[in-house]
Amino acid sequence: MIPAAFDYVAPTTVEDALAALAQYGDEAKIIAGGQSLLPVLRMRLNAPEWIIDLGRIESLRGVRDDGDAIVIGAMTPHVVVGSDPLVAEHASLVAKAVEHLADAQVRHRGTFGGALAHADPAGDLGAPALALGAEFVIAGSGGTRTVAADDFFVDLFETAIGEDEILTEVRIPKRTGWGATYEKFVRVAHQWPIVAVAATVRVEGQAGDRVFAEARIGLTNMGSTPLRARAVEDALVGQPVTDDAVRTAAALAADGTNPPSDLNGDADYRRHLATVLTRRAVLDAAGA
Amino acid sequence: MTATQERPSDAIEKEIGRDRRRKEDQRLITGRTRWTDNIVLPGMLHLAMVRSPFAHATITSIETADAKASTNVVDVLTGADFGAELGAIINAWPITPDQVTPAHSPMPADRVAFAGEIVAVVIARTAAEARDAAELVEVEYDELPAALDLKRSAADEVLAHPDLGTNKSALWVFDSAEAGTGGNVDEAIAKARTDGIVIEREYRQQRLIPAFMEPRSVVVDPTGEQYTMWSATQIPHIVRFALAATTGVPESKIRVIAPDVGGGFGGKLQVTPEEWIAWAVGRRLGKPVKYTETRSESLMSAHHGRDQWQKLTLAAEKDGTVTGLKVELLADLGAYVAIVGGGVPVLGAFMFNSIYKFPAYHFAVQTVLTNKAWTDAYRGAGRPEATYAIERLMSELAAELGVDPLEVREKNWIKHEEFPFTTVAGLEYDSGNYEAATAKAKEMFGYDELRAEQMARRASGDTVQLGIGISTFTEMCGLAPSRVLGQLDYGAGGWEHAEVRMLATGTVEVITGASAHGQGHETAFSQIVADRLGVPFESVEVLHGDTQVSHKGLDTYGSRSLVVGGEALVKAADKVVEKAKPIAAHLLEASVDDIEFSQGRFSVRGTDQGLAITDIAGAVFAAHNLPDGVEPSIDSEATYDPVNFNYPHGTHLCAMEVDTETGAVKMRKYVCVDDIGNIVNPLIVSGQVHGGLVQGIAQALWEEAVYDDSGTLVSGSFVDYLLPTAADTISFDIGHTTTPSLTNTLGTKGVGEAGTIASTPAVVNAVVDAVRHLGVDDIQMPCTPERVWKAINGPGSGGSTEGAAMPHFESGGAAGNQEQPGTASTDGAGS
Ligand SMILES: Cc1cc2nc3c(=O)[nH]c(=O)nc-3n(C[C@H](O)[C@H](O)[C@H](O)COP(=O)(O)OP(=O)(O)OC[C@H]3O[C@@H](n4cnc5c(N)ncnc54)[C@H](O)[C@@H]3O)c2cc1C
Repeated sequence: MIPAAFDYVAPTTVEDALAALAQYGDEAKIIAGGQSLLPVLRMRLNAPEWIIDLGRIESLRGVRDDGDAIVIGAMTPHVVVGSDPLVAEHASLVAKAVEHLADAQVRHRGTFGGALAHADPAGDLGAPALALGAEFVIAGSGGTRTVAADDFFVDLFETAIGEDEILTEVRIPKRTGWGATYEKFVRVAHQWPIVAVAATVRVEGQAGDRVFAEARIGLTNMGSTPLRARAVEDALVGQPVTDDAVRTAAALAADGTNPPSDLNGDADYRRHLATVLTRRAVLDAAGA
Repeated sequence: MTATQERPSDAIEKEIGRDRRRKEDQRLITGRTRWTDNIVLPGMLHLAMVRSPFAHATITSIETADAKASTNVVDVLTGADFGAELGAIINAWPITPDQVTPAHSPMPADRVAFAGEIVAVVIARTAAEARDAAELVEVEYDELPAALDLKRSAADEVLAHPDLGTNKSALWVFDSAEAGTGGNVDEAIAKARTDGIVIEREYRQQRLIPAFMEPRSVVVDPTGEQYTMWSATQIPHIVRFALAATTGVPESKIRVIAPDVGGGFGGKLQVTPEEWIAWAVGRRLGKPVKYTETRSESLMSAHHGRDQWQKLTLAAEKDGTVTGLKVELLADLGAYVAIVGGGVPVLGAFMFNSIYKFPAYHFAVQTVLTNKAWTDAYRGAGRPEATYAIERLMSELAAELGVDPLEVREKNWIKHEEFPFTTVAGLEYDSGNYEAATAKAKEMFGYDELRAEQMARRASGDTVQLGIGISTFTEMCGLAPSRVLGQLDYGAGGWEHAEVRMLATGTVEVITGASAHGQGHETAFSQIVADRLGVPFESVEVLHGDTQVSHKGLDTYGSRSLVVGGEALVKAADKVVEKAKPIAAHLLEASVDDIEFSQGRFSVRGTDQGLAITDIAGAVFAAHNLPDGVEPSIDSEATYDPVNFNYPHGTHLCAMEVDTETGAVKMRKYVCVDDIGNIVNPLIVSGQVHGGLVQGIAQALWEEAVYDDSGTLVSGSFVDYLLPTAADTISFDIGHTTTPSLTNTLGTKGVGEAGTIASTPAVVNAVVDAVRHLGVDDIQMPCTPERVWKAINGPGSGGSTEGAAMPHFESGGAAGNQEQPGTASTDGAGS
């Protein structure tokens, strides 16, 4: 379908982009990879008068090492994130999640920041970002602020990014040497997850006597935002890496969640899936 | 560069049976071709449709002033502006004399009967401007209660068309006792209740969407004398006939062209409101117009398929010998009776008994009107529904008996030495060998090993269970003997037409009335003609799809092109040879009786004298030296009416793994051995089988058109209507046995629908088989993980699908002010 007519600017600096945002206000929409915005425009669910394209702002692209964290530029395409060695080494959970995100075409155009800013509760990047305790760097006319993952996701399609602000980068504290698994449950390969579990764990001890030292678990599509399965995390710490121990802890995965009901499953089924997928994700992340 | 292979030095190698790569693929794949939407005519205007967001409503007013004032808008027209000038959308197959058929205007002026129905058309200089203006058309509706659920609609709780007084359109019955083709089924069932086995089941055939790759598109060019319509249709000839019949334009003034068409699967076997509106607008304005639908419009308003409830009763003796089959169907027509409409379930009526020797059979279908998109043919049309029912039932009978499902099939099927066999439905199966196909399939599958693994997994209580599903199907294809269609009150015949033109410079033009839309006719028909006339494959050009070039034809559907159209072609080619023979004799100064034709050459028996058929074509063109009284032409045509259907069959075996913890299913192995008679092009056949299998598997596992309580199509984009991709399927093992059909010269049988017809029950049988020991005997299609998990963990077949879609896109404040039909709850990326 054909979108309604709009005007288009492609600034080359964050400052210019912010200025454009300030100028056009709520008549404007930012476009990153366009993989969520373009369908909205084509179906005429929205008809902004201005499209501000971040695609020419070089400073928003790429992954860099920043001491105890890695920093992913908002405009870094999924495919780059998925194959980046820093991500693989220090935030492998993100790499695992990107691997099964959409299809190759979408992964080439869609961006890390765009997906997080879009805040679809079925999006694959929210749960890993939350589990890893990412920090979101947001630029506005008054300067730059940093928002913790726990405060970033506000509601369905709603984040802490203000109308006149731009997400510039995401800082992810290094979790080097942690095991990670993203268990995505779909009916066909190119689908958004019905439920997914992002688990990353640090295991201590020798073979045969391994225990969970730390665990961080995020849930996708179990509520209107990505969620942490804190009850499971707490129950795991200090437990041996065994099927039984993980099963007991994972049974708590649906605690405090509020999953949707739709064509692919009702809320009860999703709660059940969350426990099974959490068990599998944790065991796999622990290398068990 | 050419996509076809080099011709080997051994030029007498037979073309038929060769793995020719398709001639047409290079242009289709690279896009260097004509699709309807590519056509650009001078001064052409563009249309956008305004569609009802409501399933059932009275139109109280349509305000078009703002839209008319919008940039570059030429006009905005409603049903009221047109009246009878619009013509009507026809149903060609009233299945009973008293069928209740609602009048179907392409653009109703007073009342809409499904969400997506067109209420106004905007005509503008560009497609974007037409779309913009469509947002400005203000339509006021008074919503009416909508008939949505099939069973409740059959009870006339709410009427889809209040003026008709009922939703029940037609009741079509076949009874073997009445027809004299078998016994009384109620007696058989009563007897089985006392001393035999009765299997009673109710199965749901969910609603599917054909989802062809190329959206529908139409261009109308009203030149002074003649009107030309290009349409992405499967049926240019039928469209032409219907335009003449309903719009008052003489047929001789109408030219319909189906250029390259990107798939149909039955979904383009239709005469559509969009075509009729474009026609009326083009005529009224005297300008060329184009309309191309969006994917959302396509999913919502192009016809859907299947959608039945099947109540089934199978009677058998204690040893598993079947004694009777009773089939009671409810079939959802949607809001209107489409061109084939209620004929689709009737096409299945002859197939429920399938390959089994039922002594008694009763079939009844009640067609029902609802306020949903209309339904019509979708790959297999009636036969997948029938095959699903019987193949599920035979597996249930086996489970009841505690025997292997292949055993109970073998006990009841027609043995190869029993052909020709007249079935309880009154069809004469000419040939087949179910034993051979099954034996080969079992071997390819490793049947015994997989059964052993299944037992081991059950014994160990593995969380992943294995199931084996069987489908020993047959189908009737090659639609159809005209006489049979006449007996069934179908509005046309089932013949096909072909012409062979021998060009002066040695090449050959072949014209077929079977209008291809992705099947590979150009290649397969070239192979047939190359063999028949002894000319190189490359020298044959196949023309089709333009009623001015191919003036007679009944188009492509129902696995008919090769078995009916191919036979017409054989007959036309043979006529060429017959016409050329006296000329050859004359030129070779021999008696006609001494002339032989072989491998493209006429020769004088017992001599080395001869002339190529292409030389004769040249001589005929010059016409300098022809025998007295012989016309200077060896071009020929033939119209062929089949004497019988033909009956491909096969054995499909499927192994599915079921994750009992989540309900997820995974295909492990799929083997099919299809007997489709002689094969013209094995590569094309493989393509048809693979594609067909995936479509059938998709019904079993993924696809379902779901409406919510207000009649909005929830699965209104490819985010929610789950089409599989290559990533979701495995590599299939396909094989063949060959029992040539006796009803056509080439001994071929149809293959276009076989995979789709056979695979659905094979997959569901496998899924059920994997968890039968957990107390499951049915899972409703599509077998979603949720349904499988619920079936394992509770009573029932997993329940119906929740009528809600997950939005992945938010709608913003600055949205256009006209509600887009369906998008309220069906957001998706497939627009
Ligand atoms: C067919 C298909 C399948 C998909 N499947 C999946 C899937 O399985 N899993 C998954 O997670 N995702 C999936 N997606 C979505 C994909 O991940 C998108 O790339 C992502 O949601 C949006 O990223 P984008 O860069 O394309 O953003 P855009 O579409 O350009 O923007 C999305 C929204 O975010 C805003 N925005 C973008 N960048 C910024 C910024 N820097 N600051 C502030 N606001 C910003 C935009 O204004 C817009 O509202 C799929 C998309 C498609 C089309």
